[in-house]
Formats: sequence, C-alpha cells, structure tokens
Amino acid sequence: MDADRMARTLARIAHEISERNRGIEELALVGIRTRGVPIARRLAEAIKDINGVDVPTGALDITLYRDDLMRHAVGPQPLVRRTEIPFSIDDKRILLVDDVLYTGRTIRAALDALIDFGRPRVIQLIVMVDRGHRELPIKADYVGKNLPTSPSQSVQVHLAEVDGRDEVEITES
Amino acid sequence: MKKDLLGISDLTRDEIYLVLDTAEAMREIAERPIKKVPTLRGKTVVNLFYEPSTRTRTSFEIAEKRLSADTLNIAVAASSVLKGETLVDTALNIEAMAPDMIVLRHASSGAGHLLARLCKSRIINAGDGMHEHPTQALLDAFTIREHKKRIEGLKVAIIGDLLHSRVLRSNALLLTTLGAEVWVSGPRTLMPPAVERFGVRASTSVDEAVADADVIMLLRIQHERMNGAFFPSVREYFNTFGMTTARMARAKPDAIIMHPGPMNRGVEIASEVADGPYSVILEQVANGVAVRMAVLYLLAGGEGD
Repeated sequence: MDADRMARTLARIAHEISERNRGIEELALVGIRTRGVPIARRLAEAIKDINGVDVPTGALDITLYRDDLMRHAVGPQPLVRRTEIPFSIDDKRILLVDDVLYTGRTIRAALDALIDFGRPRVIQLIVMVDRGHRELPIKADYVGKNLPTSPSQSVQVHLAEVDGRDEVEITES
Repeated sequence: MKKDLLGISDLTRDEIYLVLDTAEAMREIAERPIKKVPTLRGKTVVNLFYEPSTRTRTSFEIAEKRLSADTLNIAVAASSVLKGETLVDTALNIEAMAPDMIVLRHASSGAGHLLARLCKSRIINAGDGMHEHPTQALLDAFTIREHKKRIEGLKVAIIGDLLHSRVLRSNALLLTTLGAEVWVSGPRTLMPPAVERFGVRASTSVDEAVADADVIMLLRIQHERMNGAFFPSVREYFNTFGMTTARMARAKPDAIIMHPGPMNRGVEIASEVADGPYSVILEQVANGVAVRMAVLYLLAGGEGD
C-alpha cells in the first residue's frame, strides 16, 4: 500500500465513521502509541473536512497494561510513554485507532486502560491493516485493508510523521 | 538497570534520563479518575524502615499501590528488631517469605549493600545513614528539569548540613553527572572533609554560593545525628546561613527553592521563603510518587541494559 492508497483509505474510513455515527459531537479519537496516534490525527482532519466538526483526539500508551510485561525473565522493561487524553471519555463514542491488528493483545490492553479513564458509551476499533491470527476474541469495526499473512511475516505501517514516508510493507522475518 | 538501586553511583547518565522520562509518563496516572495501573499485579514489596519517615515511606507506598503491587510496611518501632534481632536476620526472614522488592531505610551507611548481597529480592535504598538517598535526588532532578527544561549548565546551590546529608551526596553525584555546576555552603563544621571530591565547589559564604544560582536547595539541620556542638546556636545559624528573601535576591530572578523535608522553619529556611512563589517544595513531594513508580517499574524488569 503506497501513500496515495493510504490517503484514500483514510478518507473512506472517515466517511464510514460519519455515516455510522449520528451525533458527531459525541465522538472522540484515541490513538494507540506509537503509530495509532498520527493515524487518529489524520482521521480527525478528514472528519473535519467532511462535517466541519473538531473531534477531540488523544494518545494512549498501553505499556503498563501489557500481559507479557513480567514474563520476560531477562532484558530491560519496555519504554513507557505519556498517555494524553485531555477530555472526559464518559458517555463518549470512542474510536480507538491502531496501525496493525494482529493477535488482539494490544487492543485488550487498550480497552483495560480506557476503562480506567471513565465509562464511554461505545468503543469502536479502527485499524489500518488487519493481518489475521487473532489470539483473543477481538474484531475491528473499520479496516483499512485486510492482509492475509503468515505468522512468520512482519507487517510494518510506515507513516510520514514517524518514519518519513507513507507505506505498508510486508517482510519475511 | 542493575538488580538493585542502592545509590546514584549505580546509574549511568542514560539510566538517569530513563528514570526521569519514565516518571514523566507515570505522573499522568495521578490525574486519572482511577489512579491505578495493573503493572505490578502479584508482586510483593516490603517497606522496611529503621528510621522514622513520613514522606518517603508514604511516597513509596502510594507509588507501589498505584502500580498494583501488594505492599507490606515494617516499622521498626513495632517489630522484633526491638527484641534484639539483627538487620541480617530480619532480612533473611523477610526474604524467606519471597517478596519481590525490599525498600530499605536504615541509619547505617551501606545497609542496602549488605541486604543486596544476601537477598534475591531487589533492594531499593530509601536512605542509608549519611551515604545515599537515590530516589530523593531523582525526584529533585525531575523537579528541576520540569522548571528549567534542562539540567546541564545550571548553577545549583546546596546549603545546610552537608556533613550528615545523604541527600547532598546523591544530588551532587546526579547533578554533576548531568552537567550542572553544584555549589555547596554551610558552616565548616558541617562540611564533610574534602567535600570537593563530590565534584562540587564549596564556600562558607552563602552569598557566593547563591550568586546567580538557578536552583537553591536547602538541607535540614539534622539535630538527631549531631553528637557535638557544630554551631553556637540555632539563631546564629539562621543569621549566617538561613535562606531569606534578602539572600535570595542574589540568585537569578527565576531561581527556585527546594527542600527535601522535613523543614525547620526559622533554622535553614525562613517561612516567607518556604511559602514563597518560587518555592517548589510541595511539587517535589508530588513528583516523588511518579519518580518512585518509575524506579519500581524499571527494577521489576530483567537486569542488563
């Protein structure tokens, strides 16, 4: 997937969001660090272009909620970064955003984290790529692209804000 | 990170920044409706305090609870230490109950090192005698960085009872490692011999130490550790070394005032300074929880870099 496809995919998802959610005012976007955050910001812009509404956007770091944190006997702890949700999520329709949906464990952690911030009316999941191989009963509401992969492959979403270019790449590892 | 945090001397420059950056992320947890993350679920932390402490013990306990660890407080006043048990025996008995971490406050320098050799549990030094108090120095650095956006190149004046102060040692090590210029001042009798070995500049003139300082840190006069006459009277100490608004005028206009607590008002610090707009003393306390959460989290992982 190249930059052009990615832009069109995000525009499509923004339209889907606008269609499916009457009452845009109740929406809020929360991106999962690292790459869910710029995707959430781009979606906020796209929604503004369509509806003229500013959707509040936050950033969620799920490190402290990971289910594999204390299982590594050796090696340093993963880096914790700031969670920034500068609005109340109570009774909001939360759009959770991530780049790649794989085992579902990140989303499980994100749901636990979000619940600590309040009680949203609905949480919906947006991902740029769904690569299958779920280990938990989790499903995305908006998918940029379904990519059938094998577990030996690695899927990278590159974003201009983080990586200097927009591209989805599959590599053998 | 190493297995234990016994002193700032255990930490590299990069590890110090890792603790400060992690604390930055931890601080946000205190602003949530539910001030708790599940990170240390199932871990047991023992707070073993051989010296009275309100701030540090409470701060550690809140940090542990916010990370969901199970905490246990052993205050010596109510323990079998009074029945004659040695530190080693107490530690081995606690170790037999398999805690994951022990936070130790002890009046003897090096008590943490002794425990670290004996125990599989990770040891966090919460102050050992006149040696080190690493989490205090880390929270001080965190507070300074927050106000000044950097530590490198700042002038920091540390004034007070330098001789009995573990806070001085840890702060001097940390601040000079990060490139600050540290000045110390106090009566000759309360300066450790060859205090310059900590990488600091010493002066018996407070005015010289404070001149153009970005940060002024006051240390408590530790009457309980003094077994002699170090200065003629509290009043004379205050007149010569106490921090007043007049003395502060020599520092930079945006200088901040710090104190690790507990404060002796009218001894090392005038009330008007302690309560002044430039005082960040209560912010230090708030930041202490975030910094200790960062240390607990980072130590709970594996060893190595």
